[in-house]
Order: sequence, then structure tokens, then C-alpha cells
Amino acid sequence: MNNRFVSLWFRHLTTDRLTLRRPELQQLPFVFAAPVRGRKVVTAANPIAEAQGITAGTTAADAMAIVPDLQVIDDIPGQGAKLLKALGEWCIRYSPLIAIDLPDGLILDVSGCAHLWGGERDYLKEIVTRLRSKGYDVRGAIADTVGTAWAVARFGRVKPIIGPGEQANALLSLSPAALRLEPVTLERLQKLGFYSIRSFIGIRRSMLRRRFGQDFLLRLDQALGNENEPLQLLHPVEPYQERLPCLEPIRTATGIEIAIKMLLEKLCRRLQSEGKGLRTAILRGYRVDGQMIQTDIGTNCASYHTDHLFKLFELKIALFEPDLGIELFTLEASKIEDIPPEQEALWSPEGCGLADARLAQLLDKLANKIGAGNIHRYLPQERYWPEQSLKPALSLKDKPSATWRTARPRPSLLLSKPERIEVTSLIPDYPPMLFIYKGEVHHIKKADGPERIEREWWLDEGPHRDYYQVEDQEGRRYWLFRSGHYSEEQSQWYIHGFFA
Amino acid sequence: MEQLKRDIISRLQKGILLHQGFNPPAAGVASVVGLEPVEAAFPNAVFPIGAIHEFITSSREQAAASIGFMAGLISGLAKKGGACLWISVSGKLFPPSLAAFNVEPDRMIFIDVEREKDVLWAMEEALKCEGLAAVIAEVGGISFAQSRRLQLAVESSKVTGFLLRNDPRRLGTTTCVARWQITPLPSELEDELPGVGFPRWHVDLLRVRNGSPGNWKLEWVDRRFVPVEEKMERMSLPERQIA
Repeated sequence: MNNRFVSLWFRHLTTDRLTLRRPELQQLPFVFAAPVRGRKVVTAANPIAEAQGITAGTTAADAMAIVPDLQVIDDIPGQGAKLLKALGEWCIRYSPLIAIDLPDGLILDVSGCAHLWGGERDYLKEIVTRLRSKGYDVRGAIADTVGTAWAVARFGRVKPIIGPGEQANALLSLSPAALRLEPVTLERLQKLGFYSIRSFIGIRRSMLRRRFGQDFLLRLDQALGNENEPLQLLHPVEPYQERLPCLEPIRTATGIEIAIKMLLEKLCRRLQSEGKGLRTAILRGYRVDGQMIQTDIGTNCASYHTDHLFKLFELKIALFEPDLGIELFTLEASKIEDIPPEQEALWSPEGCGLADARLAQLLDKLANKIGAGNIHRYLPQERYWPEQSLKPALSLKDKPSATWRTARPRPSLLLSKPERIEVTSLIPDYPPMLFIYKGEVHHIKKADGPERIEREWWLDEGPHRDYYQVEDQEGRRYWLFRSGHYSEEQSQWYIHGFFA
Repeated sequence: MEQLKRDIISRLQKGILLHQGFNPPAAGVASVVGLEPVEAAFPNAVFPIGAIHEFITSSREQAAASIGFMAGLISGLAKKGGACLWISVSGKLFPPSLAAFNVEPDRMIFIDVEREKDVLWAMEEALKCEGLAAVIAEVGGISFAQSRRLQLAVESSKVTGFLLRNDPRRLGTTTCVARWQITPLPSELEDELPGVGFPRWHVDLLRVRNGSPGNWKLEWVDRRFVPVEEKMERMSLPERQIA
């Protein structure tokens, strides 16, 4: 299939925007001006000002002399780019591939899109009339290459739609400026009397290169389609994305359900055929009022099961506000993982292991209600400091890289922060005789220890801990530690856990 | 005549048990090692799997002891390679300690919820998932209706549930098959050696459906339960000589 591109040219991009926001300016001449080398220079003029001979590049003082009632408004740097980005977002409804063409244009890759609007003529007409009805003075053109579309949008006089392979003919009568050349090159062409592309297109390439440089030839080739032109897309291609434009805006929960089902079916069919499953998916709805709403789901294991994924979305439909209606749904799988083909088990063990799909589906359900961040699984870590002796597992498939240590006793319950206790101890480096915790006196009858655990000095500084496992008169077992070496005043004792 | 009566009564009792869902143990079902004296208290003398057990704890020490005992039970249940779920609000359990009780801590999935209401919801959802080895939840109060929902879930899925009740003031009637209270006991070492011995508990089976409540002393030695035989009433070990 041939590539087709639309180039849109906003002739008065920034001034149109201001007129929209301040309708009182509609009948007045006004310009944007910015200081350049100590002078105020016009950067954009509205159609009325332009009709009186003011163009970008005139100094503001000159312009005021020409049109005494001219309004000069300070230019905001970057507003054009920002505006183009917003317009580009709006144009997503026409094509998923949009690129910004600074300073005043947009380029849409519309290969295979136009037939949805009943042909290129209607398609272009729709884009241009919708934009014009919004108040933007826009010209557009469709051609096989970005260069030709750009040229015809700005300089074309005959027709805006250049059929496949006709770009050379269309370019012949245009001025060399239509080729997006450097000002220096343009000036040189002008001096040499090349007023249209026709006059130099037949000249040998080596001659052209010698006179005007490699860039000149590149631009010419890009316009003619001999050279590829990469586009910087507004939304880089998301490979796993499905779109569902709606004839009528969707407003009901049932409608949204059907839309989600249709999108999921398409997406899952593709995922399944490629042996992949989705981990996160984002559903977006483009509403009639121009707002975009979105919701997302996540799974613990890559999945392409429509039913399961739909159940996850089902919980979110209530939060998905259609307002006046949604005219376009997109479903994007933002995180994809390979699913190794599963062999049907001839004889499955009774237990439901960590790799079981039932467990993964259960966790997805829980995660959607209480948040995936609240579900943990821990793996051992080769560190002694108790708080850091384990690390959260990233997925259900993670295998422990080390074994769980059982040589040293570890308490069943660990306080997240050790709590201070009062102790009476007779001898340094022996367990205390009694300790007071929460107002209760515990007489220590038996004790094991000390187990000295040093801090990881390369990570943090501080005293080591001497841990003791102690048992009081009633048989309750605790994990105590003294922070640092024994000394009369500074020894501090803490309780850190409870043993079974 | 007496013999005949006894036979009839035992047959009728078996029939009642069947109606109440206590099936006689299938051949080859291994019981938890060392728990035989406790199991005798249950109907058919088998530890009920696919039911809900509740553990009453009034202090953190008791909770720690209950966790130890529970971990010992789970080690028997998780032998087939199932995963376990631990649902709680506080999340104070220290996973490496489970390794000492034969439970692989990485098979345990921890669900930390914010509200207690969600604990029961999460537990019910988890109990519906067939094939899990055990689901443990820490809750304060639970109403009869809520416990019945859990019971209905386990009846179809045959998952074993453990409730760790941390508020002894809010004990009501529940559908749980057994109510336990585990209290730590002073440990003892052979030959009066100094130091802390194996975990030892006073296991109190307060309430059991169709069984007889009782209490036992158990110890966790060498990765299995060992009943503590009542030794001669011995003075507690002399205090560790200090200095």
C-alpha cells in the first residue's frame, strides 16, 4: 500500500487562537511581537493586519506606523508548539500517526485511513471544515510524500489532493521555497533565476550538489519520494492498541461493556496468535466534549483470556464517566509479556501452586480492589540485618536465589520498629535479669545469645545489635537486643519480636 | 444387648457425621505428624481439612504462639505444593520464621488490606479459589453470618481456612469447626542445659464441632509436633547461673 500523508498548514495559528479566546479582537488588526536584538519584531500578524501589509519580521515600530490602531501583544515563547500539540491530540480521531511540523503545521500519516470517511476528498474536507469551524484558518493537502503534501498545502493553487505517483508534476510549477530549503539556498536560487522547481529539476544531480549542497538534494528527493522521511510522532506507535470509533456517542454502561468486549476480543486474538499476554492495559474514551477519560487494569500473570480481563474491567466501568457520550474507545496493552506455551497436564497435582492460573486470577481480583502494591511475596536476601533479610518478589514466577536460613532463631512476629524497654542487667554482655515492657515486668528465666549483628557499614552507620532470645517466667519468648556496646549510661535495650 | 446398643449408637453417630459433611478419611491421607493425640478429639479422629479453624489470642505472645502452631499445621497441608495466603491489616508476621516450621516462606502470599472489612472479603474470595493450601486471616470480630459465608465457600472448594482472632472480647458464635487457644509454655532442655529450648505450647481446643474438647501440651521438635509426656513433677530448671 502506498503511504499517504496529510499536511495541515495553520496560516494564522497563534493569532487565531487569541481571537478565539478574545472575540473582541476579531475585527481589529493585531500582531504578536517579541524582542529580537533590542527591537520588537512582529512574529505573527492576524489576517486584518496582514491585509494591510504587515508580515512577520517587520519591526513593531514600523508596523505601528503603517497601521496606527494596531494592537501589539507580547508573544509567549513556545505557545505555537503547545497549541500544535493540542491540535495534534485532537486529530488523533483521524489517524493514529500524527507528527508536529513546527512552526505552524501538522503532518498526519493517513495510509489506509481515508476510506473510512468515504475517500480522500471527503476525508480532507472533513478535517479542514472541522478545523475551520473551530476558527482556525487551515489549508491541507494529501500526497504520497510529506514533502509534496507540505508544498501543496502552502503553495498549491490547483488542487489539494495529489494522486499516487503524481508528486513530480504537482511540484513543477511551485516556487523553490516549497521544498523546505534553507534561506541561504533560497536566496542563491533566486539570484540564479530559478523561480520555480521546473527550472532546475532537470539539471544533473552532481551539478546541483556542487552548487547547493547535499541537503538541497535530500529535500528534493524527500518531496519526490525517492528518499524516506522519518516522522517524530506525537504518540509513538503502540503496537498493541485497538480502536473502536462509534457511530453514535456511547453513554450507557451496557454500551461501554460491549465496547470493552469488542476491543478485548480483537486485542486478545492478536496476543494469542503471537504467544503474548498482557500485564497492564489502559482503556481510553474520547468524549464528545473533547475530554479524554481513562482507566487501567493490571494482571499478575500475562493473560490473553477475554473473560478474565473483562471481569477486571467490569469493576472499573462504574468509574468510567461517559458524560455526554464517548465517540472513540482505544484499548492499549502497555505492558506485554511472552506466555510460554502451556502443556496440558495429564495428571495435575491437587495443590494450586504459584504458577497456577487460578491463583493468578484470584490475585488480580484482589489487586483490583485493594491495590497491587498491597500484595507481597518475599524472597530471602543474603543479608543479616533482620529488616533486610528479605526482599519483595517481583512476580509469582520469581524463584528464591538463596535458601531460607534456619540456623538462627527468628521470631514469628517482628515489630516494624524496635520498641524501647527498661532492663536490669548485672553483668555486661549477659542477658538482663528482667525487663519492663508496656508496664509489665518480665523475669528472664532462660536466655540464648548474644547473636551480634553488625550494621552494613557500607550502607549506613550506627551501632551494632546484640540479640538475645529470652524466655520469661510464664514461658513467653521474646527477641531483645542491646544497641551498641555495653556501657552504664548509654546502653539501650529494645524488644524486636515475639517467638512462637 | 449392651454390645448391640453400642453398635447401633456408633452407626447412628457415623450417619449423623456423614450428613454433617464429615466424610471418613480417604485411604492414604497422612495426618500431621505428631498430632495424633489432638486428632483423636475430632470426628472420625482426623484433623478437619476444608474447614475453618479459629485461634483465640489475647496478646501478641499468644498470637506468636498461634502462628507457630498454625505454621506447623500448614506444613502438613502445603505438602502437595499449594500456595498459602496471609491476609491481615497489621502485617507483622516475619516470613523467615516460617522456614523453621517447614513452610517455605516464598510460597506464602501476603495481602495487606487497609480496613478490617476487606479482610473478610479477601478471605472469602481466597477461600473460593480451589487448590490453595491454606488461607490465614487476622480479624477482630466476625459475625455469625460472615462466618457462614466463609463456611459456604470452603464447603465447595475444600480449602482450609485459619482465623486469627485478635480481640477476645468480641467472641460470638461462629460456624468454625474448631476454636483453639495456644499459650506458650516454658521450654525445657534435656539434662538441664542452659538456654531456651524448643517452642512448647499449651494447646487448648475450646470448642469443636461433633468432637470432644480437650487440652494438650505439644512441642515443636525437629520439624514435627511432639506431645510432651508428663514427666515427673520437676522443679523448673535452676536459674541460669550468672556470675
